[in-house]
Amino acid sequence: MDAATKLRQNRANVFGSTSTFGAALPFLVLLLAGISFPLFGGGYWGVIATRACVYWVLVSGLNLVVGFAGQIAIGWVALLTLGAYTTSVLAAGNVTPEFPPYLALTIAAVVGAMFGLIIGLPALRLRTFYFAITTLGFATIVTQVALAWQSVTGGGVGVPGPIFPEPFASQWGFYYFCFGLAAICTWMTANLAASRFGRALTAIRDAEVAAEASGISKPALLVPVFLFSGAVAAVSGGLFASLQSYITPDAFTLDLSVLFFIAILIGGRGSILGPVLGTILLTVLPELAAPLVAWSTFLYAVLLLVIVLAIPGGIAELLDFKNRRPLASSRAIIPRPDLLKQLLDVPRDAGALTLEQVALSFGGVKAIDGLDLEIRAGQVHGLIGPNGSGKTTILNVISGYYVQQHGTVRLNGAALPVLARHRRAHMRIARTFQTPRIVGSASVLENVMIGGTIDGKGTFVESLLSLPRYRRDETTLRATAALALVAVGLERLAQVRADRLQHSELRFTEIARALTLRPAFLLLDEPAAGLSAEEIERLGALLLAIAGAGTGVLVVEHHPDLIFDICHHVTVLNLGKLLAAGTPAEIRSHREVVNAYLGG
Amino acid sequence: MVESIVSTGIAIGCIYALIGITYNVMFSASRVFSFTAGTLGMLGGVLGSLFIAHMGMPVAVGLLIVLIAGAVLGIITEIVAVRPVLKSLDQHLYVLSTLALALIVQQFTAIEWGTEARPFPRLFDIARGGFDQQFWLPMLACVAVIVGLELLYRYSLIGRAFLAISEDNYAARALGLPERNLRMASFALAGMIGTVAGFAGGEMLLAFFGNAPILTFYGFVPVALGGMGNNRGAVVAGLLLGLFQQAANFLVGGIFASVAVFTVFIIVLLVRPEGLAGATLQRRV
Repeated sequence: MDAATKLRQNRANVFGSTSTFGAALPFLVLLLAGISFPLFGGGYWGVIATRACVYWVLVSGLNLVVGFAGQIAIGWVALLTLGAYTTSVLAAGNVTPEFPPYLALTIAAVVGAMFGLIIGLPALRLRTFYFAITTLGFATIVTQVALAWQSVTGGGVGVPGPIFPEPFASQWGFYYFCFGLAAICTWMTANLAASRFGRALTAIRDAEVAAEASGISKPALLVPVFLFSGAVAAVSGGLFASLQSYITPDAFTLDLSVLFFIAILIGGRGSILGPVLGTILLTVLPELAAPLVAWSTFLYAVLLLVIVLAIPGGIAELLDFKNRRPLASSRAIIPRPDLLKQLLDVPRDAGALTLEQVALSFGGVKAIDGLDLEIRAGQVHGLIGPNGSGKTTILNVISGYYVQQHGTVRLNGAALPVLARHRRAHMRIARTFQTPRIVGSASVLENVMIGGTIDGKGTFVESLLSLPRYRRDETTLRATAALALVAVGLERLAQVRADRLQHSELRFTEIARALTLRPAFLLLDEPAAGLSAEEIERLGALLLAIAGAGTGVLVVEHHPDLIFDICHHVTVLNLGKLLAAGTPAEIRSHREVVNAYLGG
Repeated sequence: MVESIVSTGIAIGCIYALIGITYNVMFSASRVFSFTAGTLGMLGGVLGSLFIAHMGMPVAVGLLIVLIAGAVLGIITEIVAVRPVLKSLDQHLYVLSTLALALIVQQFTAIEWGTEARPFPRLFDIARGGFDQQFWLPMLACVAVIVGLELLYRYSLIGRAFLAISEDNYAARALGLPERNLRMASFALAGMIGTVAGFAGGEMLLAFFGNAPILTFYGFVPVALGGMGNNRGAVVAGLLLGLFQQAANFLVGGIFASVAVFTVFIIVLLVRPEGLAGATLQRRV
């Protein structure tokens, strides 16, 4: 057996799909239980089960907004109301000609998608609490409109809900209709969660800056999510109206919104199974004891408080047995620099990244004061200098967080657009951060896969429906990320939750994530900080190999030894100005550098 | 007609401004917005009605107990919903914990007090008419609170300590200020201001559990538009909001008035996410 085969087999063991069945098992159990439910339960429990399914249709979509994207949307009941009234009014035909119920439901989905976008869009501009409040305001207003717009909604008297024709007219028929939709929603959101879009959503939630640096554009990502979430919420509303058989504005209290929201948090953010269980739990709980019904929202609120304070991870974390196994305490990071040629073996128009007379001041402080810099492909460029000399600021100008007041940053001669942070990844410029920016709840492999987000070809819809292009994306991306993990020496931790890693491992994870982009230029912000002497040595070899594979590397560092060992070219800054530039040998003997920085 | 719009608008605006100040006082002490602000306003009305109309207490005693209840709820908010999640501000868990607490109080009120809006007693036994007490009471409360806060912040040691904490938490702690106690005191103060808003506006808003989410929303509008932690901004924005809402109510009718307020709010926020006053850009990398 040759080495390559061995490596491939080894990789198959580590990254293999052995856990797929285990992950699908709870869903299969739920599916069987749902299908066979009419054999056991009857009468009133049938209504409860139908209700749970109707709620889940909404919660599945909201879960993407709240659980994955981390947007605190507490007024989603507004979309349920909207869907319920749209379906009912169209089907009843009291304002328009009578629509067939399915058509009415479809129109409601379209209307819901539009309003999902309208309610959701402020999330792109507003901070957490502001967004939460606007959704709350929306929920209040939709109910008021439903109450006051008597000619359409019937005001306080209400309208009859739609009746879906056979075979879904009977109690069990309707149950299977709702259950079917709930199952489809589960399948679609689970597909999405496992796609690059799902990972990008959690990245936006937990590490927004890293998400941007990986080429993820928040608006482009959230728009389809809000459309989808609005559409399924409105469909859920149509089903809800049919289940209630008659709707009035009273039916859509904020309590319902709270139920949806809490079902997700109890279930656990970033999980599909957890919120399914949460929804079932919250729907069934008040029914177990009749006196509880009046207290249900009170209990939900208590539950929310307990969950937030005691187990912020929710049910999903409680069920995550895999990540409670202790990790080996002595584990070394052994990179495989020889694999970088294979990983970075893609055509990149690597020329040079140049700064021309770049200047930037904050108030009266000149952070960068007219600096020229050239980072060439295939070389390691070191940037050193005392604290506050403008090293990180330069990195932030290159990656678009700051706008320089003078000068230009050019990539192969073309000026980089200012502030377009997520465009940097498309130009194959990758970076790491002084404090690692990692999605703690995702596995190391998933974190690394975030780096390759822009290489996916499948669209949002293709991901929802698990079409071939989406599956091909996943396979390639997984392979690239796995290779990057082996290259930096973290393959044994691939399936571990990232927040269980040590600091040095997080640094190498960030490098692996950046490598998954297969960058033409790689910017590293103090990669050696917090590493042991041995790890620094391995890091140096790794960086040299990255440059050897054709990538231009810029290292901001405080460890002179590392810089002098690996750099082809060193730039020394002091107070935003160039103090010296040259080969490591020249710098080491440069008198001013020795005086100002290195010490002699 | 104009007269009625103006007096109702200003009175309602004062209530919104007071709830806005409630948000601000809590925010200054902890960098946290709490969903309990509107709940406090709701409680002011419900407890006022309970103590004065139902239990027959004198107005002054009723007000005193209402204030104490507000202070207690403020302190509970700090201990239960704010302090435990302050360590991880960036995870925004406070949004959830304060929401949970607000809902707990609101639902408890709904069950024990009932879900019907009940009348709030007239505080002064004078004839109805003209510029009625239901209009000038909220205004009086608003002025009293603003003057009181100004005096507190300017002339008392504890007020200056509040300011120090809100300006620079770390520096204040380094100087040896008892940050935790000051935060609790701030929340108690906020609790009193919130209940005063509901108490003074009781006759207009009635004693109704459903006022909680409404006040939480409309009370936040002045904060968002006036700038976080800016009490003067909150008063100006609150008054504008009240007048605008009443004018819209008169001109386009009830439903569309709320729609109009909401639309304006969203548009202003989208254009100026930092509010009409002040803009800050924080370092992210």
